[in-house]
Amino acid sequence: MDKPTTLTKEATAELRHYYYQMLLMRRFEERTHEMYVKAKIGGYCHLNLGEEATIVGLMAALKPEDYIFTNYREHGYILARGVAPGPLMAELFGRETGVSGGRGGSMHLFDVAKGFMGGYAIVGGQIPLAVGAAYALRYQGKPGVVVAQMGDASTNIGAFYESLNLAKLWRCPVIFFIANNGYGMGSTIEDSSSEPDLWKKGASFRVHGEQVDGTDVLAVRDAVRRLRERAETEGEPVILDVVSFRFRGHSVIDADRYRDADEVRKGRETQDPLRHYSAWLQAHELADEAWLKAMVEQVEQEMQAAVDFANAGPHPKIEDIYTYMYASPVPNIPAPETARRLLD
Amino acid sequence: MKPITYRQALNSTLGEELARDSNVLLMGEEIGVFQGSYRITEGLLDRFGPKRVVDTPIAEEGFVGAAIGAAMLGLRPVVEIMTINFILVAIDQIVNHASKIHYMFGGQVRVPLVIRTPSGGTGQLAATHSQSFENWFAYCPGLKVVAPATPYDAKGLLRAAIRDDDPVIFIESLALYDTKGEVPDEDYVVPIGVAEVKREGSDVTVVAYSRMTAIALQVAQQLAQEGISVEVVDLRSLRPLDRPTIIASVKKTNRAVVVAEDWYSYGITAELAATIQEEAFDYLDAPVQRVAGLEVPLPYAKDLAAVAKPSAQSLINAIRRIL
Ligand SMILES: Cc1ncc(C[n+]2csc(CCOP(=O)(O)OP(=O)(O)O)c2C)c(N)n1
Repeated sequence: MDKPTTLTKEATAELRHYYYQMLLMRRFEERTHEMYVKAKIGGYCHLNLGEEATIVGLMAALKPEDYIFTNYREHGYILARGVAPGPLMAELFGRETGVSGGRGGSMHLFDVAKGFMGGYAIVGGQIPLAVGAAYALRYQGKPGVVVAQMGDASTNIGAFYESLNLAKLWRCPVIFFIANNGYGMGSTIEDSSSEPDLWKKGASFRVHGEQVDGTDVLAVRDAVRRLRERAETEGEPVILDVVSFRFRGHSVIDADRYRDADEVRKGRETQDPLRHYSAWLQAHELADEAWLKAMVEQVEQEMQAAVDFANAGPHPKIEDIYTYMYASPVPNIPAPETARRLLD
Repeated sequence: MKPITYRQALNSTLGEELARDSNVLLMGEEIGVFQGSYRITEGLLDRFGPKRVVDTPIAEEGFVGAAIGAAMLGLRPVVEIMTINFILVAIDQIVNHASKIHYMFGGQVRVPLVIRTPSGGTGQLAATHSQSFENWFAYCPGLKVVAPATPYDAKGLLRAAIRDDDPVIFIESLALYDTKGEVPDEDYVVPIGVAEVKREGSDVTVVAYSRMTAIALQVAQQLAQEGISVEVVDLRSLRPLDRPTIIASVKKTNRAVVVAEDWYSYGITAELAATIQEEAFDYLDAPVQRVAGLEVPLPYAKDLAAVAKPSAQSLINAIRRIL
């Protein structure tokens, strides 16, 4: 991270805002873990701990007209895109006030108003969707790009390669954004990918690729800005391989026994995006101890408010189980037996 | 009003819908320059250009997924899958995404998508090219599945499907493409989810769809000469299934034969038979008869292939068993 020259007030505020967002994400995920242990949250639940700079850097470079499709490890993405933590936590709690009305859960967050087009839990499934969304932008003559986020291990599935080909053929403005935390579930990149340099995987499609340090929020932001611009103006899809360190197991219920405890401890110490960035802010006199402490308190309060909001949210009503089933109503739905069961 | 073929009904409807709504576009393998494997999209590339009639690579998972993503942003893609056998490599996108996006995300976006594809086996195409998988999609909540038997229904249901805001699987049949029927000029639609009694009768109800409806109508005509009165219920939609129309017919005739091309166990006929016993048990004078595909990979040899799929004769035999 280079030393900033003279900064305007706005620029300073923005740099500080990144820290706030990263901290909010860190605490959101820690509180989520806590709520999971308390059985407030069910199902599979994957955290973004260690990926804060990857995500905030990406969102800092995107524009409101852009769209984002992600995998199931997406709490931080939708949060950094500007969705309030309350409705996110409410979704994890399965409440009507959740971002997906309690129908989606941790792996299926969505906010159409923010262009956040969903978390998807079938590995690689979101990638073709993103290409189609980018095709639609071009078709409609609209500005913007589409992010197809995926994990490192997801670059081994066929849908990724079909998507690279389609995006390049059709000149779709897609950023293939690899949140590279080094692991699938328990397998390493080398275990599952014959080409461990993931940014090279576009070579046979003539899709340009780059790698960036995903623990450096400004490096990620600057890389995305540059590649975003090119994607939008030239219709050039691109791969960005964003490398970070996964702090915990694959999901909340994974005890992470396959990793060496020392390695994990060391990784958390040396590759903590918040630690890096707070040191950087202080070194450049953009923040001091008092400000950092104030941020912690502010985020603490916001997170408590989010948990309270989630707790207060109504449960979805049983009689609404078929709501959202079809957008265009048709006769003979639901089937009689299933309709009867609701009356029993 | 003059008779046109099922193929012409589809082709003209695609052209009309492309002209009517600029958000409609066609995607599929060889649908443009090559004009479609079965010439359903003939002439459309010339009229509407490559932005609206998109030739795709052989990448069903990729382009079906892309069509879903485009639909989420407001386009109305009509995808052609060359035959239903190739849809299997796209089934993840259809079942895990197209069918779920509206519900799972709390109704925030719609997926107005049509996937057209011919199903079933004719012409010695053998095991991998003769299958019927419409039941796999009819099984899946969130999808709509239609399967017209006549040019009139093909046009009306294709219009309805393209104008519908949900993903619709539109089942065609190679054996029907050259069949003819009357189709009016006006802008009618055939509603999704509504069956039709294609022929009234009093002795037995035959429930069918797509090519089997055509066969059932031939059989009904043939048996009428022997004084047997067959009522033919054409499902037209598989999801939603118009159970009330089936049940009303069975309550009238008191006998039912259900017929479909797919494999016998766990197939469409099982669903139909279960529905009839659940809702018309007391009206039945005989057990429901099922006519379905034999459970083998469809053999190539003509004589074997002929017995493996339901035929007019197997339908007649089933009717005679309960009269
Ligand atoms: C098609 C498919 N196969 C398997 C799984 C089970 N699964 C869920 S996450 C995962 C590992 C994915 O790792 P990666 O892409 O690196 O993403 P990360 O979880 O590390 O963010 C697997 C195998 C799945 N969801 N979908």
